[in-house]
Amino acid sequence: MKQIIEVSKQTQELQVPIITTPKRSVVLKALKKDWQLYSLLVLPIIYLVIFKYIPMIGNIIAFRRFMPGGNIFGEEWVGFRYIQMFIGDATFWHVFKNTLIMSSLTLLVCFPAPIIIALLLNEVQSKKFKKFVQTASYLPHFLSIVIISGMILQLTASNGALNSLIEFFGGKPILFMQDANWFRPIYVGSEAWQTMGWGAILYLAALTNIDESLYEAAKMDGANRWKQTIHITIPGILPTIITLLILNIGSIMAVGFEKVLLLYNPLNYETSDVISTYLYRVGLQSSNFSYATAIGLFESIIGLILVYSTNFLSKKYTDNGLW
Amino acid sequence: MKETKSYKVFKVVNVIILLLVVYITLFPFLNVVAQSFSGRAQIEAGQVTLIPKGFNVLTYKTILHDKTFWTSYRNTIVYTVVATFISIVMTTMFAYVLSKKRLIGRKFFTSLAIFTMFFNGGLIPNYILIKTLGMTNTIWAMVIPGAISIFNMLIMKSFFEGMPEELEEAASIDGSTTYGTLVRIILPLSKPILATMVLFYAVGNWNSWFGAFLYLDKSNMFPVTLYLRNLLAGATSGQSAGATAADDLTQIGANIKAVTMVLTVLPILMVYPFVQKYFVSGIMLGSVKQ
Repeated sequence: MKQIIEVSKQTQELQVPIITTPKRSVVLKALKKDWQLYSLLVLPIIYLVIFKYIPMIGNIIAFRRFMPGGNIFGEEWVGFRYIQMFIGDATFWHVFKNTLIMSSLTLLVCFPAPIIIALLLNEVQSKKFKKFVQTASYLPHFLSIVIISGMILQLTASNGALNSLIEFFGGKPILFMQDANWFRPIYVGSEAWQTMGWGAILYLAALTNIDESLYEAAKMDGANRWKQTIHITIPGILPTIITLLILNIGSIMAVGFEKVLLLYNPLNYETSDVISTYLYRVGLQSSNFSYATAIGLFESIIGLILVYSTNFLSKKYTDNGLW
Repeated sequence: MKETKSYKVFKVVNVIILLLVVYITLFPFLNVVAQSFSGRAQIEAGQVTLIPKGFNVLTYKTILHDKTFWTSYRNTIVYTVVATFISIVMTTMFAYVLSKKRLIGRKFFTSLAIFTMFFNGGLIPNYILIKTLGMTNTIWAMVIPGAISIFNMLIMKSFFEGMPEELEEAASIDGSTTYGTLVRIILPLSKPILATMVLFYAVGNWNSWFGAFLYLDKSNMFPVTLYLRNLLAGATSGQSAGATAADDLTQIGANIKAVTMVLTVLPILMVYPFVQKYFVSGIMLGSVKQ
């Protein structure tokens, strides 16, 4: 979902698909003139249909009985059986709650972090030092989530660096990954570690667009750097902040599935298990395909509603939106 | 106006904070590297933080002689090259056509693509599809499902839209076909964006593991990320080809994960300083244009 942020500007020109079917002769004419151009679309459209739209329609098995090896759209209608199943499933509501807590905490910590980094970097005069900090802080963005998880596991191990630090200060070692209370701090902390540097890029770009003359004028009026930051810098990047905030709220249901899957274990399921990992276990480990699809569909629909409504609010109040 | 005293203090504090950020960012890497070169006793005693203690390269030697490791490394390279090639061809075709403003149906096709960013099939329907298509345990499961990233396609589209139309008009007057114009005129002028796209896709493919985890059963097909994941999860012990003595085995057990992490991340670390700016410019292109 994060990727959407960056293309937000581009998609603005696009309206929600209101297709006015052109007259047949017009289409034929266009095809005749531009058939070479259209021919380049054939493979990408086939790709979209097979690998994006068929799975989308495949969600229909949330309402149909599915037999492994049978029809991918299921065998027969069963109505809302699987929907009722998860509504009555205590584990589902437990992982639903976990998802909301984890994503809210992530938003709370990981959203402001890049803004602060960008503001601090903005006060650095030495170009070389700025570049050095940026280069170093982008690094985690380029690593496989498997490596990131490996590092987290190593740092939090019983003989890892974190415990060495605790013991150095006279504390008792903690078995981080075996204690459900520690999963959220570890997840959110490592998320901030991984995203803060890269996330600052868009804010830094917005900062360079602020009119220099505003600062000159403020200096004339005797405003110190702190006042300049409050009255010029922050208002200058506010549209970026609001757009990104709304987008982040729109994707609040999306918790880093792969990371949780790599890090969690039965000892911390109580706090670590989220909707996506639960549906993974239900679907692919216990082969309850229809039930897992029903859960997944519920999650996607909430996500879609959130994106649409936050975008609506964003357009209403900030003139900024995805489309 | 002169800088106030408090601003001078702030500047010093600021540098310290930012250095701390750098330290925190790099610490886990340095810690893994230090562990990978350390002795078992020192690792188990929790003495290794940034400097290797009880210097030791036995684990490196063992892993570098391990056939399974090299097989998975080769697999990663093959998947990355093939997948990136397919992605570049598909993305370029798609982005080029959608960048043509006169094209009838352009809006429809673009919306068709963008909608998939907001709503997708989800884990299970995708899994069923790949299984039904018979792609499991083939390279196709690794290189086809992610062929087009709509995000990348939109970046490329906006790059193409920024090109002067006269170029193509001139070419078509000279009798060049659409294909000819694309290959001989547009693409040579698009090297920066092509470089960015190659990097986006290549790094994504190099780092991915979940597709392999879902769709591959044969360990001789695993990419190195999955090899590492299985090692971390304790699913494999890491075949220790050369080592026979019990002492050696415990040494290897103590830092095999660290060594494998270092070896997996090495190629990325080596190219990272040189390619990082292309990533940044790609992100900018995606957000600033228009």
